[in-house]
Amino acid sequence: MGRYFRRKLLIYGVTFFIAVTINFAIPRLMPGDPVARMLNRHSVSNSESAAALRTYFEDVFGFDVPLWQQYLNYWTALLQGDLGVSVFAFPSPVSSVVLDALPYTIGLLVPAILLSWIVGNGLGAMAARSKWLDNSVLPLGYLLTAVPYMWLAILLVWSGGVLLDWFPAARGYSLSMQPNLSWAFFVDLVHHWFLPFLSLFIVALGGWAIGMRNLVIYELESDYSNYLQALGAPRRLVRRYAFRNAMLPQISGLALQLGVVVGGALVTEVVFAYPGLGSLLLNAINNQDFFLLQGILLFIVIGVLLFNFLADVAFVLVDPRTRLGLEGGQS
Amino acid sequence: MTTDAALNADVIGKRNEHLYFALRNPKVVIGLSIVLGLLLLGLIGPLFLSSSPTAYVGPKSEAPSADYWFGTTVHGRDVFVQFAHGLRSSYLVGFLGGGIAFVIGLTIGFTAGYRGGLTDEFLNMLTNVVLVLPALVVLIVISSYMEVRGVVTQGVIIGLFSWPWVARAVRAQTFTLRNRDYVDLARLTGKRSPQIVVREVMPNMASYLLMSMILLFGGAILFASMLDFIGLGPTNAVSLGTMMQQSMAWAAIHLGLWWWFVPPGLAITAIVGALYITNVGLDEVFNPKLREM
Amino acid sequence: MALEVEDLRVHYRTLRGDVRALDGVSFGLADGEIMGLAGESGCGKTTLGKSLIRLDGRMRHVGGRAVLDGGELPIADDKAMNRRRYRDVSIIPQYSMSAMNPTRKIGKLTADLLRAKGESFRELRPELVRRLELVGLSEQVLDNYPIELSGGMKQRMVMVLSTLLDPSLLIADEVTSALDVSNQKAVAETLVRFRELGFVKSMVVVTHDLSLVYQIADSIMIMYAGRIVEKGPADTIINAPRHPYTRALIEALPEVGLEYGDRRLKSIPGKPPQLLNPPTGCRFRDRCELAHDRCIEDPPAVDLAPDHTASCWKVVD
Repeated sequence: MGRYFRRKLLIYGVTFFIAVTINFAIPRLMPGDPVARMLNRHSVSNSESAAALRTYFEDVFGFDVPLWQQYLNYWTALLQGDLGVSVFAFPSPVSSVVLDALPYTIGLLVPAILLSWIVGNGLGAMAARSKWLDNSVLPLGYLLTAVPYMWLAILLVWSGGVLLDWFPAARGYSLSMQPNLSWAFFVDLVHHWFLPFLSLFIVALGGWAIGMRNLVIYELESDYSNYLQALGAPRRLVRRYAFRNAMLPQISGLALQLGVVVGGALVTEVVFAYPGLGSLLLNAINNQDFFLLQGILLFIVIGVLLFNFLADVAFVLVDPRTRLGLEGGQS
Repeated sequence: MTTDAALNADVIGKRNEHLYFALRNPKVVIGLSIVLGLLLLGLIGPLFLSSSPTAYVGPKSEAPSADYWFGTTVHGRDVFVQFAHGLRSSYLVGFLGGGIAFVIGLTIGFTAGYRGGLTDEFLNMLTNVVLVLPALVVLIVISSYMEVRGVVTQGVIIGLFSWPWVARAVRAQTFTLRNRDYVDLARLTGKRSPQIVVREVMPNMASYLLMSMILLFGGAILFASMLDFIGLGPTNAVSLGTMMQQSMAWAAIHLGLWWWFVPPGLAITAIVGALYITNVGLDEVFNPKLREM
Repeated sequence: MALEVEDLRVHYRTLRGDVRALDGVSFGLADGEIMGLAGESGCGKTTLGKSLIRLDGRMRHVGGRAVLDGGELPIADDKAMNRRRYRDVSIIPQYSMSAMNPTRKIGKLTADLLRAKGESFRELRPELVRRLELVGLSEQVLDNYPIELSGGMKQRMVMVLSTLLDPSLLIADEVTSALDVSNQKAVAETLVRFRELGFVKSMVVVTHDLSLVYQIADSIMIMYAGRIVEKGPADTIINAPRHPYTRALIEALPEVGLEYGDRRLKSIPGKPPQLLNPPTGCRFRDRCELAHDRCIEDPPAVDLAPDHTASCWKVVD
């Protein structure tokens, strides 16, 4: 077990290191002068802060020192929690801009991921049981995994938000409201949350259902299932074992799929103008706000790594094979 | 010599058998028809359509009609022309992104699985790192620094980040295959490693490789559409993703111009969905156990 | 007679048609008899073993019957058969190494299985522990996961588990093929001991290893292309076989073949016929040195001694 975790942590450490290095390297590798581009974009709208920005950027990029020194400085600033200053929300620091948006994304992602996982696994397990259900779940599941996240979001806005007008078509809460701890605000929040959540939930559902169905069928054909059936064990017991064992790869799948679902959440937020990281990302791109862009990438990478680690812990808790450190450890 | 000939005959026989069952498998036939049909539309369509996808051809915001099959945009551009051109870009990205990811994944998977040892440790680590890295976000950051973006560059960077699961699976398969007798035999006769991999190992996982290529192709199309949608699409071409992005940007949803945003998304869903269905069908073809059920 | 099988026919369904894996098989098994069941792969021996306990998805019971302790086994009826499984008929599968759910502790697994069969784990536990000790396993293994056991330990665990309810008939399906030589011998001896202690009444040991089965079996039955060619006491089959196929099979064995002195090992030329549309008459005739005109007709099962039968025209004469 120790080996398993050491390995995982090493991978996550290296991933984090590479993500930071990508952040550092890309602006320096790409043709063109990023400072000029950022200023160019910005000075048009706000000439007052342009001078302050110019000195700030030149300082941050520090092109006058050698590359390795720049790299070290970059890490030092990062480890002090300094991700730079946002250009489009000047002079707010990137970290506070990202932290403001983060709760919305988490509030969307976590329920969507967990619920789609639970419901999808249930559907998949049922599909493995009945031919009739299988014939409807399987094609539907493949269709759903093929749908681009933003397209389903667009369709939901169009049908539920515009045509039927049951749900608001955009934003995280009504323009007339200020965020507060009242019941009315909460209801408003949930009202706005529902469609983007539903959109993410539906697209993610298909993959889980198909995965679970295939895994359960595989387990039902395994040796231990055959042995139990040869000894006349009831279908119920065989299915229970198969279902439990099929859950294990689905837990590690949860971590592997996370990157894709996060991407889905970003574009879904863009469609709904939902005030999470997705909309922030769009703003950062449109305003050439590279510090903000890098900050968002870093936060997402950290989030994904944390979630992966949680999934690893869960995996170890449920799978004796990893716990015993013998075979079956997935690295 | 004679055994070689016999072996060859056997392989050809098997291939024919697979083709025979593939052409009789409804999933493969339906899936491939959709994929090839839309590909044909993307390839041939633009040749017959006189106008450019960015030309202002007619009335603004008009619903589909005999003149404009998919209607027109807010600015009076022909949606069908855009659609045909967009299909072209999507397939190109699919081929490039899927192809590059396939080649990288294959090379890394084979090398890691066949060499083992330290090489494997390193490549496996690399694979796992790229696997946990949220690819779309990294792609967004990279694309946003590029001032000029084309369909080709997009395909290339997508390919560079979507190979890990193929590498992982190929590595695992190579591990099991590399200790088979015929591989040992090849090694004893002094064949070089790349030769052994290509001649002895690869043919034994051909069906699996074909199926991963299909999945990568679909994945690249989905990826590209998301990048396009966020505004990081090709700056010099129309794609299905940029069509959706434009329709959002010009409030097509609120104006009720459904013909602008429904076709591109539907086409992506159809292409990727058809690819998945083809894959399920191919699984039945290659796996006789499933076939006989 | 503990088991009486009459004209049993089981087919495999494939796209090209039915493969007649068992094409009219009749034999009897006495109380306490250990019968070795041997033949080339594809001869139907595994199908026969499975037919007596559980048909797999593609197998179809076409005709004939099997009677165990006076009650007919409902071979085609999976549900009805469930009541007979484990209690009356049990199996030690070929895949003992992976027969136990890898994510369940062995004790829990046993408890689940017993409860599902309406037995009390608590009442049976002392007997289970006694039998575990008999095969050299401590009570401790009940708290282990299967992967914590070595291959040999898993094999013994499955043997104890399969016979815990004292079945009347035990099918041991290629139980030794995954083991090394010393473990093979131990397993074979354990099977005999189980019979002597009354854990099982009679046994069918499916194997391709004639020399091993010779050491433990009372009788040996040889199958070829879906049919029985010869059945008789183990000594007779090994030392004085009558059917040409049995003879060829014995001659192909190194260990037993030693008795033939300096004669070289012979392999049987040719292949068994395919069973999609099997030829009429004796199925071995294309490979048989003694084949003659008569072999175009189905050979009768000839009783050579009270407990020795062979199906060949040559033995008639």
